[in-house]
Amino acid sequence: MRREPPRGLADYAPLAFPAIMLVVFFVVPFSTMIAVSFFQRDAAGFYSPAFTLDNYERFLSAFFGNVLGFSIMLAVMVAVVCVLVAFPFTYLLSQASRRVQIVWLVAILSVLSLSEVIIGFAWSTLFSRTAGITNLLVMAGLMGEARALTPGFGAVLTAMVYQALPYTVLVLYPAIVRRDPTLLEAARTLGASPLRAFLNVVVPALRNTIVATLIMVFVFALGSYLLPQILGRPQHWTLSVLITDQAIYQSNMPFAAAMAVFLVLMSLALVGLTLLVGGRREAQA
Amino acid sequence: MSATFLRRILFSLVALFLAAPLVVVAGVSVNERQSLTFPPQGFSLSWYGQIFTDPGWRSALVNSLTLAASSAALAVIIALPLAWFLWRRIAPWANVFQLLGVAPFILPPVITALGFLTFWATVGAYGQPWTAAISHAIFFVTLPLVTLSLGFNSIDRSLVEAAATMGADDRTVLRTVVLPLILPYLISGYAFAFVLSLNEYIVAYMTVGFTMETLPIKIFNALRYGYTPTMAAVAVFFVALAAVIFGLIARFGDLPKLLGALSGDDK
Amino acid sequence: MSGLELQDVTKRFGDFTAVDGVSLKIPQGTFVCMLGPSGCGKTTLLRMIAGLEEPTGGAIVLDGGDITPIPTHKRDFGMVFQSLALFPHLNVGDNIAYPLRIRGIAKAEQRRRVDELLAMIHLKGYGDRPVSRLSGGQRQRVAIARALALSPRLFLLDEPLSALDAKLREAMQVELRQLQQQLGVTTIVVTHDQREAMTMADMVVVMGEGRIRQAAPPVQIYRKPADAFVADFIGSTNLIPLGRDGTLLGRPAPGLALTVGADGGKLSIRPEDVQLVAPGAGEFTGTVTFVRDLGGTIETFVDVGGTPVTAVATPRERPGFKPGDAVGVTLPLQSCVVLKG
Repeated sequence: MRREPPRGLADYAPLAFPAIMLVVFFVVPFSTMIAVSFFQRDAAGFYSPAFTLDNYERFLSAFFGNVLGFSIMLAVMVAVVCVLVAFPFTYLLSQASRRVQIVWLVAILSVLSLSEVIIGFAWSTLFSRTAGITNLLVMAGLMGEARALTPGFGAVLTAMVYQALPYTVLVLYPAIVRRDPTLLEAARTLGASPLRAFLNVVVPALRNTIVATLIMVFVFALGSYLLPQILGRPQHWTLSVLITDQAIYQSNMPFAAAMAVFLVLMSLALVGLTLLVGGRREAQA
Repeated sequence: MSATFLRRILFSLVALFLAAPLVVVAGVSVNERQSLTFPPQGFSLSWYGQIFTDPGWRSALVNSLTLAASSAALAVIIALPLAWFLWRRIAPWANVFQLLGVAPFILPPVITALGFLTFWATVGAYGQPWTAAISHAIFFVTLPLVTLSLGFNSIDRSLVEAAATMGADDRTVLRTVVLPLILPYLISGYAFAFVLSLNEYIVAYMTVGFTMETLPIKIFNALRYGYTPTMAAVAVFFVALAAVIFGLIARFGDLPKLLGALSGDDK
Repeated sequence: MSGLELQDVTKRFGDFTAVDGVSLKIPQGTFVCMLGPSGCGKTTLLRMIAGLEEPTGGAIVLDGGDITPIPTHKRDFGMVFQSLALFPHLNVGDNIAYPLRIRGIAKAEQRRRVDELLAMIHLKGYGDRPVSRLSGGQRQRVAIARALALSPRLFLLDEPLSALDAKLREAMQVELRQLQQQLGVTTIVVTHDQREAMTMADMVVVMGEGRIRQAAPPVQIYRKPADAFVADFIGSTNLIPLGRDGTLLGRPAPGLALTVGADGGKLSIRPEDVQLVAPGAGEFTGTVTFVRDLGGTIETFVDVGGTPVTAVATPRERPGFKPGDAVGVTLPLQSCVVLKG
């Protein structure tokens, strides 16, 4: 059986259920959200239909400018730290035996699937005064007295790296595993040390992958909505947190929707950029 | 400096980083008294018992398991015919649906969650438990879609042709050849969606947060009223469950191959 | 007519014509080998016969009925694929029983037939084994048995032996031929291995660039190739250009002059027919350039006035030339074939 174009209506039948589900429960909700972003807030219920740009105008305040700036800065830091750690790690993992790789992949998947709630809880425990690492430092005599490391920027950053690191490894894994091993061997036979060969051959060869991964992780980190709440102070709140806050606690759906649309546009622009980088990589290959 | 030595150092550091919070949580979860101290004082597994005996935790556990089982099943039911169609037919425009299937997973989750919130509120079904199942199914349809696409593409087409020459029509080929061959991919797709649904917070919260408590919602609510070792026990329980499920996938399937495509298609 | 008839069958993929107006009659019970270089259209032709590709034009007629519009699964043919296409999720017995099972044939009857087929392919008692635990030759036999399970109207094989090593391949060729004769089923094998074709076929169909270049019994293909393409593809041959005036290697060749057209042509002579004699004794004189002693045969490469000629002899004939030797060359007229173009 070769692939063939559908002929009759019956050939399209399998597509019906998935298409309906995806359109009704993804395209429609998504469009609804865009529509709501132009609606007015209604104090009694959720919102009332209208056409206003007020919700978008509210961005132009210094407060939201700060939140946006902080969100981007935080996501960039998370992306950079994750790639810096994950790239050499994944590279070394790809050279390990199959059994070792599988054990690591199971562990990484398990951490990746962890709820943000659990990650937040785990790190807040680790950084707490009663059960935290400072107790170990006290026991080692390095510190006089245990203290809490949360809430704080360091705690938010650490937990977000924790959340994004497994994701980074899994994004890098296929590209690094499929890389041409003879390239490195050639460099070795020409007298390069392993570290030198890694820096001079592997890193440049995967430059576009690294850029694409940075963007992917950046978008992933932008989506973090609980860790800044659990581990940070209000000044550490990101756009995602504000969206949740406006939608649920302030009951201002139109404004939340407008922020969400803005976040989508930003994410889409970056995903588009990734594809562009990927496309250029294809063209070069 | 040898590569092996470098690898040991880096692997140990990453392992330490990934394990540290979980070790602390595991330690806290066996405290004898209701306090969050580490190293634990005394040893007791009673907090694990709480998950099953305390009515609040038990109903959250049941809610979460029901939600995960049903939404993962629905995700597979959506993904299977779509992946089959894309494999069987040449219809370039149908790739739009593949894109739609992957989009909810790539976008920041808050956005998908907010989309569902506005949608369910608009149609007047806000808060119904089944809305969470549908929302999670759409949110995680990417996972079975990717594993199944990979499964279909790994089928040697001559197997299907051979079945046809022996008298099997399309339906028979599907039943006797294609489905048995993609079963492992179907199970992994289900398992991925199940584990992630079990852990998902924001979509569940925005759809049924005020009417039903899943475990992540319950933990988050509990966080605001003070910490208990039961939360730690639940966290450990989740990690263990995920590790067991992914371990099973690795045992019966080709995990490196699955992940090679998973991230590859995400881009 | 009883048998298979191809009527002007054509297959185009976009601008590329894979099979170009092929017409052929294959009588019932014939063993046909389709032979040709890769990309010549032989596999596409076989797939059209099986119904796996739809012809762009022409008709495929079996026992007087046009089967072109009939889908593959209703044709009742048996086919062996190059990859063998054994189902990895079924054991040996279930693989062979597959065509019986999907037709709802009773379990007991299925088992009886599977046992019969396993005996036929010398794999008695292998029914419960997983396919992955079989050797290459055993898998080959299972694929053949599965294709024959329903006593097909047509038995099609696409490069069935290409994955086997040389020794096993030759043994399987003989086995396959004997099996076909025993069953009397019309069989079409696609292969690029001319030895395989010569061993098994009643009729060899040589294809090139989507067309049939020659369809004839193996010996005739070898002895009387229809054109230079066939002569060159089947075995090795000396293709010696003929002069426009009927000269051969610069000398008049009276016996050939009549058959040569105005545009010249080529003379084909098999290396084993070229006779090397003492210098001055033959029709032509040349210089030995290289000698390859393969043990069983000795190949002598001779340069005759700028044209290379190869001669093959057995050690018994003791050609005994060394590079640089002058040598006489004789081309017996009865072994020569004159080809156009």
